[in-house]
Formats: sequence, structure tokens, C-alpha cells
Amino acid sequence: MRSIASKNKVGRQNILDIIRTKNLTKKFNDFTAVDHISFSVRKGEIFGFLGPNGAGKTTTIKMLTTLLYPTEGSATLFGFDILKQRDKVRQNIGIVFQDPALDTELTGRENLDFHARMYGLSKNDRKNRIDEVLRLVDLVDKKDVLVKNYSGGMKRRLEIARGLMHYPTVLFLDEPTLGLDAQTRHAIWDYIKKMNKEENTTIFLTTHYMDEADYLCDRIGIIDHGKILIINTTKSLKNSVGNDVITLSCSNMDKLTERLENESWIKNIKRHNSQLTLGVKKGEEKIPIIVEIAQKLKIKIKSISVRKPTLDDVFIYFTGHTMRDQEPESPMKEMARFYRRRR
Amino acid sequence: MKILDLQAVYVMWLREMKRFVRAKSRIVASIVQPLFFLIILGAGFRVATFADVEGDYIHFLAPGIITMAIMFSSMFTGVSVLWDKQFGFLQEVLVAPISRFSIIFGRTLGGATTALFQGFIILFISLALGVNIPSIGGFILTVIIMVLVSFTAVGFGLIIASKMSDFHGFQVIMNLLVMPLFFLSSAFFPIGESLPIWLKSIAYFNPLFYMVDGIRGSLTGTNNIFPPIIDLLIVLFICVFMMGLGSYFFSKSEA
Repeated sequence: MRSIASKNKVGRQNILDIIRTKNLTKKFNDFTAVDHISFSVRKGEIFGFLGPNGAGKTTTIKMLTTLLYPTEGSATLFGFDILKQRDKVRQNIGIVFQDPALDTELTGRENLDFHARMYGLSKNDRKNRIDEVLRLVDLVDKKDVLVKNYSGGMKRRLEIARGLMHYPTVLFLDEPTLGLDAQTRHAIWDYIKKMNKEENTTIFLTTHYMDEADYLCDRIGIIDHGKILIINTTKSLKNSVGNDVITLSCSNMDKLTERLENESWIKNIKRHNSQLTLGVKKGEEKIPIIVEIAQKLKIKIKSISVRKPTLDDVFIYFTGHTMRDQEPESPMKEMARFYRRRR
Repeated sequence: MKILDLQAVYVMWLREMKRFVRAKSRIVASIVQPLFFLIILGAGFRVATFADVEGDYIHFLAPGIITMAIMFSSMFTGVSVLWDKQFGFLQEVLVAPISRFSIIFGRTLGGATTALFQGFIILFISLALGVNIPSIGGFILTVIIMVLVSFTAVGFGLIIASKMSDFHGFQVIMNLLVMPLFFLSSAFFPIGESLPIWLKSIAYFNPLFYMVDGIRGSLTGTNNIFPPIIDLLIVLFICVFMMGLGSYFFSKSEA
């Protein structure tokens, strides 16, 4: 089955780090989109870049997939250099771009066939593999429909299927569920998990959705302003904030913050707008203590709650701001994407 | 990487074919529009006399309209790279392990195939309207020039597509560059007697003039200013230049 496609897959079983970058940098004129990032992605994992729009996620993907030349630094995929061995790299990667990249005048099957031919799959391989990937994303009965008649979710699924056509070692997914409704998003997540497991494909994805990163990723890199702030497993990232998170609002925030900063049992303390967020252990036992401290200071607590940390807390912890603080994507870009998906 | 990947060339060609066959309105429009020119202009100017036109006006007009049909259709193929760019599909092609040259070559062949198909339809209709072909050799030469015209126009379209980010620029170039060049190509009237000297000089620097003149000379054997073989050489030179420049610009463009 893998006759032609596997010829160029040299020594991939010996390499544990599928992707390795060193000081990878991309500048557009004066603007540094990606700023000296170094990281590695391990074989078989789902690795996610989490960050707001404009953090440099797509630019990183474009460099790793040979579509953009880095200004500085280097990267290897399965030991192949992204500058010197572009063809070997291209042969071994699959990509699902942020915006749909399908030929809408062709049918789903034709899009896959077109792709398979460009990657040099033989006639038999093509036929079998097309059936296989279509089954994986449940599009078998839509294969002879023109793509322009597909829904947004179906297009995404077809693109994921296409990305898998040539047995890539790593599949890049750039914002895989951007602009999709909640139900479709969950379905896409399940397909991503399925192909990671069944095809043993390493997955590199970018997202600005916390829930997506949380649900899918084994390890997450938080990226902001072109820099990686931290890379760790999803679990450890949450633990770094504290086992529990207490949020409260009160009458005199400054005074209480100042007082609480001296307490050694508080792992971290962050003020955000009218809320105070504390990372602690055994949160339910700490609430009475905090209330007591506040009463001594004659501060009135308006509300207080304890919960398990989310990636939102992690993000605030490492970047000092929430994702929502970021400038929203320009409405025109959103409209353009909407229009494209409807086509 | 192989410089020329035949499978990739084939698939790019196949895609053009499939898209062409499915775009029924495009086929109809691209054939009907030149037919209007041929039939209405042909009828309207039938009784007009130009000092240096021998025989029926339709003999004079047909080669010009054939050139126009091929030219516009091929330019469209080149410019349609812009569609792929806008709808993201270009990235999918650029990230594949195939050479840029294979992509361009396949696309050009696809564009040339559809353009020649349209050119031949106009040619056969012209024959039905009374144009006659004096020699087989001339007919073969006509086909060669038709192919070259098509390649040149695809190359020109690729240059536009690489340099522009939307379709407004394409409209401007069509209206401000391509249309006037067509009027000065001798497609509709002979440029020898009627035009003032300065316009005539522009015409002699107009690539379209040599295309029309070449097809006219080889197809009908009358009313041409240069011998067809000279036109062929000039058109060949322009073609190589345009294709080279088009490929260069395309290979430089980032997705």
C-alpha cells in the first residue's frame, strides 16, 4: 500500500523528535512575527500552539511547511532540513490550512485524487486510500458531489482527509475548527483524535480556543507576540497555576491584594479588572481564611468562588492578560472567511 | 526534485479540462462572443471598401477573430491563478512535492487545449461563412501560430496574476492595454492606409499585430504584410519571452 510514498521516509522510526526548531524567526519588514522560537514535537503526540490572533502561529506553520522562508534560525522535520531538503519535507507532511484550500469546481473524490497524483501515489494506492480516508471522515456518500455544494464542516473534513492521503508523518492543522458551529467542532475533534490513534499520525495544531487545546493536546506551547512563553503537558500547565483557583471580588482590591501577597500558601496572585485570582492548594479550606483576613481589614467581600484551573487561567498566568483582551480580528477578515466558507 | 513531473503536468492539465467542461456558461460565452464579432462586423463591413484589402471582408476579419478568441481564453487561464490564490487552493499546489515548472507547464497545456478548441470552432465557422484555405502547409503553420499565441497569452496572464492581488487590476489591464492593442493589431481593419503615422508605428511594436498577421498570412494567404514565416519567428520570440517571464514571476510568488 505504501509503495511509492514510503520510499522517501528515511529512518523515521529512529527519530523521537518529529519536529525540532532552533531560533526560528520570521520578520516582515520591521515586524517580527515569529521571534527566535525553539521547540520540539515528539512522535505520535498531539501538540498545540495556543495563542491569540496574530501571535505567529500561522507564520510558524508556513515556515515548517516550506511555504515561507525563515529570516533566521532553522528547523528540521524527521531530520530533514526545511531549507535544504524541502522536497523530502513536503513529501512527509500533510496540511489543513486555516482557510479552505479546495477546488470547489471538482468533486470531493476528484480533490483527493488530484492530491494523490501530485504526491505520486500509484493507481491502486489512490483508489484504496481515497476510500480509506473518506471512511475516516464519513464522507463516502458525498464523494461525487461538487465541493461547492459542501457545508463548512464537510469541507473541513474533506481537507483533513486530503491531508492524510499520502500517509504523512505529521499533519499540520491551522485553526482546524475556526468558524464552525459547536456540534461540528466536536465532530472534527473526534476525527482528529481518531486519526492520531488509528493512523499514528503526529499532529501539530494551532488554535486560539482554550477548550480545543484542552480537549485535544497532549502538550501545549503558549505563544504570544511571536514568542513561546512555556511548553508543557496540558496537566502540568494547569498545575503550575495551582491545584485550585479562587476568584473573588471585594470593596478594596488594592488593600486586600497587598495583604494577601505576604501569604506563603498562595502560589500566585493575579488581578484582572475587578477580579482577584489566587492559585492555591485545597481551595475550599482557604476560603474561610481569606474571608477572615478581609474582615480584619474591614474589607467587604462581594463574591468568592473556588474551581479547578482552566487553560484560561494558565494563559493569564503566563501572558498577564486574557485572550479576550487582545484586539479582535478585523471584522472584514471575519467576513471574508465567512463568505469563503459559504461558497 | 524532478524538473518535469509528468504526473503533475497531467493532473494540472486534467483539472483545467474538468473545470472547462463543467463551466458551461464560460464555453458558451467564449464561443458566442467572437461569433458576434465575426457575423455582425462581417456583415456590417461587407460592403465597405478598404484600399488595401483583397477579396471579401470576412476573409480579412476571420483570422483576427480567431486570434482574439484564443488570446482571451488563454489569458483567462493564466489569470485564473488569481482565483486559486484568493480561494487558497494555490497553497495546496505549492506545498506539494512537485516543481513549480510542472505546475505552470501543466496549466499552460490545459489553457492551450481549451483555447485551441475554441479557436478551431471559430475557424470551422469561418470556413462555413466562405473563408477558404489555400494550402495544407499554410493550415499547419496556422495551427503552430495558434499554439504560440495561446502560450504567450497564458504567460501574460500569469504575469498579471502574480503581480495583482485582486481582479480590478485585471479589468484595468484588459480595458486600457489589451483592447487598444487589439484595435491596432489589424484584426478589424488594415493598418496600412487609414492610420496616422504615429499610430502605425505603435502597431509595428504591437505583439498582437504579428500574431494576427501571421495567422492571416498562413491561413488565407492574402492581405498579410509580412511573410508568415517572419511573423512566426517574431511570435515565437515573444512567446518564449512571455512564458519565461510568467514562470519567473509565478515561481517568485509566495502563497
